[in-house]
Amino acid sequence: MRYLPLTEADRRTMLGVIGAKSVDDLFRDVPQEAYLTTLVDLPMHAGEIEVERQLGRLAAKNVSAGAVPFFVGAGAYRHHVPASVDHLIQRSEFLTSYTPYQPEIAQGTLQYLFEFQTQVALLTGMEVANASMYDGSTGATEAVLMAARVTGKKRVVLSGNLHPHYVETIRTTAETAGLEIVTGKPAPAAGETADHLVDDQTACLVVQNPDFFGNLRDITPLSDATHAKGALLIAVVTEVVSLGAVTPPGEMGADIVVAEGQSVGNPLNFGGPYVGLFATRQKFVRQMPGRLVGETADVDGRRGYVLTLSTREQHIRREKATSNICTNSGLCSLAFTIHLALLGEEGFARLAALSHERAVMTADRLSKVKGVELVTPTFFNEFTLKLPKPTAEVVEKLAKEHVLGGVPASRLLPHDKSLTNHLIVAATELTTPQDIDAFAAALTKVLT
Amino acid sequence: MMNKQGRATTGSGGHHMDIETISGDRGLDHEEPLIFELGRAGKCGVDLPDLEIKHDRLGGLRRRGQIGLPGLSEPEVVRHFVRLSRKNYAIDAGLYPLGSCTMKHNPRLNEKMARLPGFADIHPLQPVSTVQGALALIEELAFWLKTLTNMPAVAMSPKAGAHGEQCGLKTIKAAHKARGEKRSVILVPESAHGTNPATAALVGYTVEEVPANERGRVDVEALKAKLGPHVAAVMLTNPNTCGLFENDMRAIADAVHKAGAYFYCDGANFNAIVGKVRPGDLGIDAMHINLHKTFSTPHGGGGPGAGPVVLSAALAPFAPLPLIVHDAGGFRLVEDKADAKARDAKPFGRMCAFHGQMGMFVRALAYMISHGADGLAQVAEDAVLNANYILASLKDVMSAPFGKGPCMHEALFDDTFLKDTGVTTLDIAKALIDEGYHPMTMYFPLVVHGAMLIEPTETESKRSLDEFVAVMRGLVEKAKGNDKSRFQGAPFLAPRRRLDETAAARKPILRWTPPAPKAQAAE
Repeated sequence: MRYLPLTEADRRTMLGVIGAKSVDDLFRDVPQEAYLTTLVDLPMHAGEIEVERQLGRLAAKNVSAGAVPFFVGAGAYRHHVPASVDHLIQRSEFLTSYTPYQPEIAQGTLQYLFEFQTQVALLTGMEVANASMYDGSTGATEAVLMAARVTGKKRVVLSGNLHPHYVETIRTTAETAGLEIVTGKPAPAAGETADHLVDDQTACLVVQNPDFFGNLRDITPLSDATHAKGALLIAVVTEVVSLGAVTPPGEMGADIVVAEGQSVGNPLNFGGPYVGLFATRQKFVRQMPGRLVGETADVDGRRGYVLTLSTREQHIRREKATSNICTNSGLCSLAFTIHLALLGEEGFARLAALSHERAVMTADRLSKVKGVELVTPTFFNEFTLKLPKPTAEVVEKLAKEHVLGGVPASRLLPHDKSLTNHLIVAATELTTPQDIDAFAAALTKVLT
Repeated sequence: MMNKQGRATTGSGGHHMDIETISGDRGLDHEEPLIFELGRAGKCGVDLPDLEIKHDRLGGLRRRGQIGLPGLSEPEVVRHFVRLSRKNYAIDAGLYPLGSCTMKHNPRLNEKMARLPGFADIHPLQPVSTVQGALALIEELAFWLKTLTNMPAVAMSPKAGAHGEQCGLKTIKAAHKARGEKRSVILVPESAHGTNPATAALVGYTVEEVPANERGRVDVEALKAKLGPHVAAVMLTNPNTCGLFENDMRAIADAVHKAGAYFYCDGANFNAIVGKVRPGDLGIDAMHINLHKTFSTPHGGGGPGAGPVVLSAALAPFAPLPLIVHDAGGFRLVEDKADAKARDAKPFGRMCAFHGQMGMFVRALAYMISHGADGLAQVAEDAVLNANYILASLKDVMSAPFGKGPCMHEALFDDTFLKDTGVTTLDIAKALIDEGYHPMTMYFPLVVHGAMLIEPTETESKRSLDEFVAVMRGLVEKAKGNDKSRFQGAPFLAPRRRLDETAAARKPILRWTPPAPKAQAAE
């Protein structure tokens, strides 16, 4: 077996040193009835050629986004990842190292995490950021728990236009943690429906901007109203590229900003691994979940970085920790950091502007298709259309025409019958005019 | 003088480290500023097309100020991150004996497979008809996990071990709720990983600790005494964090079930028994599997991981969304509670957006297929053999509190052997850095004093183990020989020496801020 260096002779010698007759002897603490004497019923080992063949066959059964005109978003976006990003994250020293518990020999990881934290704070318009969460949805959940700790209140209000998977993820964890969840009604064309639910007992209001349907709005009035009740405003951003074009939540009064960072540096990966961004105000830092990297100096006075404020964390505080998170999204945050370093101020703004431009072109073109109506007047790179037919069938038919034409709202909100005909469509800098033409032609065909 | 390879050296003395360089760099080790200090306005490392439209649809929400991101060209970015990378230790570069972390070789084939466009470039919300291969892969991985554990079901979506623990305890909570029971306590051994009590608290339970016995195992009688109608579950790591097999598993399982509680097993150390013992045969109800440990998806400097949870028949109906089902039309995703209910499932909710860590699933399955049933059993055997070889080779000079019998995949030492030397566990760890090694896990588990937990894994050769043993014996000799100066202040040869963690925590600097503009020179 190519990954196992011991030879039979090594094994015999080593058993001799140990003083064991056989390797079974080393497993003697296992109860006899549970110790397998035969192999489990699975195939025998395979070489690289065979593994590539088997997995290649499965991969070939999927329609990859790059193979067709592609307009799917709703929380994960297909942007271009520069070649150097994937090369650098595969350097052994990044790929095959552990969490930086020994800072003297982990400055590479610690310094890029410090850079990552700075980038996230700058993008979101906040003061501090942590070293990543699993993804946007779990980050949003942690934000809710943190708001409850900060305010000492147990009622949580979620916008009706928050991504439904985020709503379910937050509800699942917050309810078992003893919080009460109240949600607004999804409203693709209207304003916020949940703000009036915020009362004196409320810990936080969670709003998404751009929202699940693509709407962009000024959340300043929401944060003012929320703060007036003594609650925190949590802003969720599922398309982090939007922050290159749009006023950041930190400038609109958000107390905690959570974002899905996938669309910078990370491929779609069928939903994971992704990277959660988590930023807040300096005054809440000791209530934050997750790892934090801080600057310090070594005994020779040279600048260096360490994991810090770990008295918040599970390995020190155990049941009193702010979160149970341990492994997070290290390598995905590295991809994010490198891609954003390549983009810089200018590139990031242009990437955002291009994504917006392609979305505007797509929206203008598709709303000319007979019976199709644009529901969201202001948007970044994603918008909602109302079709004359149920969208669940439409996207399947579009797929047969080799177009991946967006996400039916009904896939995530199957019980809201008013959304049966709503289609959520996203574009990025990778969307070409030819893709848009192909989508419009296929949609026309499918709708007639 | 002769060096290690038997070649003559010029013998210019041991003062190389005192040389001051003009650059501040030391050979291959470059001092590297932050990207924010390197960047200049007007530079960019990507070329993107020109814009065509003039009017935005942002509804007056266009960003007004600058973000403050630095501008760098591609060569500058590449050099920056390559220089940073060289300040890291890595399993590819040497033995990484971190106990409980399973730092084994990460095959590059797995990376290649995960990057196939059919896996990496597919969207979680594409029509399911266009992702049949992806769903088939998840089902295939689920089949391997269920077979290796002899458990009937597995929840695939948790994103790491701690997330898996949370999933397991929520399943247990839902099962009790369905029986109309409200139980409030989770029993956790004092040797447990910190995530166990933290997870229990997160899921709304209180934690009671169970002591260990003198053999490093759970004290079964103490555990039984704590069981009762208020106990929801026992969380136990097996093999445990002392590197020992909990040989009373069946008795514990029976007692737990008799009390109406469930038996949660932390599968962080599954590497020791994969292919040799199926946890389902030991009577457990739930166990998370860290794919980034046993199944070798890279640790990546702290993630991403993946933590699928295998479940017993009693808990299976409560597994979270999404579920994958197979019918006449192929694979289908059940993403909604009502849809699940129609199939007699009662999911407790959802762990995350979308369907879990697909990228990690591909890597783990590539690893499993590569090893097969025979290779996986050999993994466990060699992991245990290597750890016992370390234990046998060091226990005469170090102190192994449970060294009478064999260990499993990791060897635990305490600091008794350092008594009166003035040298501590931390000193030994830092001296190892100078010797070219990543330290072992130290001061964990908490049940022994000054713990040193060494997990070599199966991907180390005998030669590699012999070299490590020689270094450890040498360090122990120096410690016992009162050569304190060798240790205090170590490491001397790393990119950084000991860092001031107290100062970092007292006044946290968590981000770069632009330097204050220089004050105008006085007239």
